Amino acid sequence: MSSKNFNWAAIDANPKFQTLHRKKTMFLWGLMIFSTIFYFLLPIGAAYYQDLFKIKVWGVVNFGIMFALSEFVVAWVIAFVYSKKANAEFDAMALEIINNLKAGA
Amino acid sequence: MKSMLNKLVFSAAALGVSGSAFAAGAVADEWKWLTFAVFGVIIAVTMAITYWAARTTHTTSEFYAAGRSVSGIQNGWAIAGDYLSAASFLGIAGLISLYGYDGFMYSVGWLVAYITVLLVIAEPCRNIGKYTMGDILAFRNDPKKTKTVAALSTITVSTFYLTAQMVGGGVLIKTLIGIDYETSIIGVGILMLAYVVFGGMKATTWVQITKAVLLVIASLILVLLVWMPYGFSLPAYLQAVIGDDKVIAQVAKLLGDSASSMSKEELGQRFLEPGLFLKNPIDQISLGMALVFGTAGMPHILMRFFTVPTAQAARTSVIWAMAIIGGFYVLTLFLGTGAAMLVGPAKIASVDAGGNMAGPLLAQYLGGGADSLMGNFMLAFVAAVAFATIVAVVAGLVLAAASAMAHDIYVGVIRGDHATPKEQVVAARVASVLVGIIAITVGIMAKGQNVAHLVALAFAVAASSNLPAVFLTLYWKKCNTTGIMLGMIVGAVTAIGLVMISPNMTYPKAVISGANKVLNGEPAVPAKEAKPAVERSSFMCELFALDGCVLAKPAQPATPEKPAKPGVIEKLAGLNAKLPAMETALPTITDAAAKAAAEADIAKVKKDIATAEAAKAKAEGDLKKVEGQTTSMMGLEKPFFLLKNPGLISIPLGFLMVILGSLFTRDKRAEEMWDELYVRQNTGINAEAATAH
Repeated sequence: MSSKNFNWAAIDANPKFQTLHRKKTMFLWGLMIFSTIFYFLLPIGAAYYQDLFKIKVWGVVNFGIMFALSEFVVAWVIAFVYSKKANAEFDAMALEIINNLKAGA
Repeated sequence: MKSMLNKLVFSAAALGVSGSAFAAGAVADEWKWLTFAVFGVIIAVTMAITYWAARTTHTTSEFYAAGRSVSGIQNGWAIAGDYLSAASFLGIAGLISLYGYDGFMYSVGWLVAYITVLLVIAEPCRNIGKYTMGDILAFRNDPKKTKTVAALSTITVSTFYLTAQMVGGGVLIKTLIGIDYETSIIGVGILMLAYVVFGGMKATTWVQITKAVLLVIASLILVLLVWMPYGFSLPAYLQAVIGDDKVIAQVAKLLGDSASSMSKEELGQRFLEPGLFLKNPIDQISLGMALVFGTAGMPHILMRFFTVPTAQAARTSVIWAMAIIGGFYVLTLFLGTGAAMLVGPAKIASVDAGGNMAGPLLAQYLGGGADSLMGNFMLAFVAAVAFATIVAVVAGLVLAAASAMAHDIYVGVIRGDHATPKEQVVAARVASVLVGIIAITVGIMAKGQNVAHLVALAFAVAASSNLPAVFLTLYWKKCNTTGIMLGMIVGAVTAIGLVMISPNMTYPKAVISGANKVLNGEPAVPAKEAKPAVERSSFMCELFALDGCVLAKPAQPATPEKPAKPGVIEKLAGLNAKLPAMETALPTITDAAAKAAAEADIAKVKKDIATAEAAKAKAEGDLKKVEGQTTSMMGLEKPFFLLKNPGLISIPLGFLMVILGSLFTRDKRAEEMWDELYVRQNTGINAEAATAH
């Protein structure tokens, strides 16, 4: 495998790379913060909002069980949303930067 | 959550001490051949894999990273195989069977942890890294310094986790089939060494995939059998679970005095509500932090991302891993509640106090019970999956520790990256053998030891030392060598230090008073008047046992007088005195029905005697272990740090130290390399390519 040395600073300053960087950062931080808060709601709710967790919503199934199950669903949805976005958008943008680089070199 | 894991490992370790009571194992003697046959098939399959993998394992890239030719889906299964250790496979099902809702809640963090892995760690690591965490840190920092710290941290985390796995695995195999603790440790060690030394990452990967597939198949079959009678309706199924007398009895036992005022329906419903096991929310949050940040810093998980050809494949692999791991934890809800309903919490806890046998016992029941061929085949199958689990997880850990030793320390630091390819492969194999021998030795030495703190430590060190360093070097321009050194050392030392003074350690005074209570009983407690709730004096008091601290207490209702409880010594004397009279009276009874009843009574007394003898032996064993000691290893009479999980303090401190260290020093190389690192981690330009076969 041959590794080439590029002018990394120039790529970093490239508006296309900057757009990729900005979009990716916003998106990742948003998902990360949301998932962390949503996760910690579970132990906090189970400790301090037990009356809420005990409400039966579906036969004997209570809110607490539905909330714990929703943690799984939310984790999967985040994974799905991220991979959709990355496959469709981030990968294409990165590819464009690489192709431009090869054309320019 | 980790506190539960701690309790699991602790109970497993405690079992090792009192193991003689269960030396027969869960599998009856006449069915051992079946278990060994299933074990034999699994070992044969993994050996065939190793033989096949060894033919294509020659270069360092092949040895450490399976030639980067593992597909995303394959890697996803391998991550699941690497991650679902015996503690999560058997332990969480067990916790659900004993404590209902809290056990299920406990499993959530183990999946959520992968969101961090997916979003911030997997792809950049694939684009920047080569074989180890040290490679990622050395990219823009001083290679020798960061590789040394990274390797030390990797070896520390792996050894802690490895020891807990070895001890837990040895006890597990003994409880299941009665093989000697030492024999199973050596067996596991040799098998795992064969995979790693000959087949490297390729064999390890396929052993992990095989194990994950077996685990999922076994769980699916069990859940199908448990859930089908209820037409796959969740409310109907749970209704049946909480209507079961065994479950109601367990809840009543857990709640103690307060259960007397509750109806049967209320007691059953309580099984699906929080608070039967997890009592300290701050500890839960602290453990949650260690899981969510620690998993992404676990060296054996990081290493898996170097085995795929591209960052896209790394992404695919986390998605698959999340689907498999999450799906598995949802299945454990059914395994746990099913075991509670069909086998019963009392029986599960009688074989293993931590509930580890819930899954295997459920399998035996569903197959047709302890005396049927199918029941024992199912038990043997689940036991074999448990065995494959231990071997697969241990192999991944050994490979991670060996790569740090050989690639970071020997090749990177000692040889200054000037070793020939052949020398590198030899070094990797020698390091694997070394780590394997260490694992076996430590496993045998730690027999019967309290290894509870080791799992807490592994995740806490990974979260407080590895993750801040890897995360900040990848995403923060100003991060540099000094910051990484400072953060990793302070993070690790704080985590280890806090665990050493936490309730995870053995405190002789508590052990002695607990054992004395068992042996000599408890005095009567006079009736108490109701007490109002007490507010804690400050938040720090939740964390440390400071002078003048008042802990928060909820309002307590008035309690009636409690009679004295007899100890086992007194109970034993009573039972032993009763038995001869019953036995002499037996032949004089002529009525057939009365005779059968008397025989049943005698059998019950004999069983009670056996139970009391076991409890007595355990209490005496505990007393003997702490004989002559009054303080813990650290010279403390009682824990100074009150949480079982140090993450709440050590993780922010680890991040803070990397930041401060970086802000107060300048490192030209770290600044110059930033552009290259950032462009490369986002685009994958110049990433290590797959080797063609």
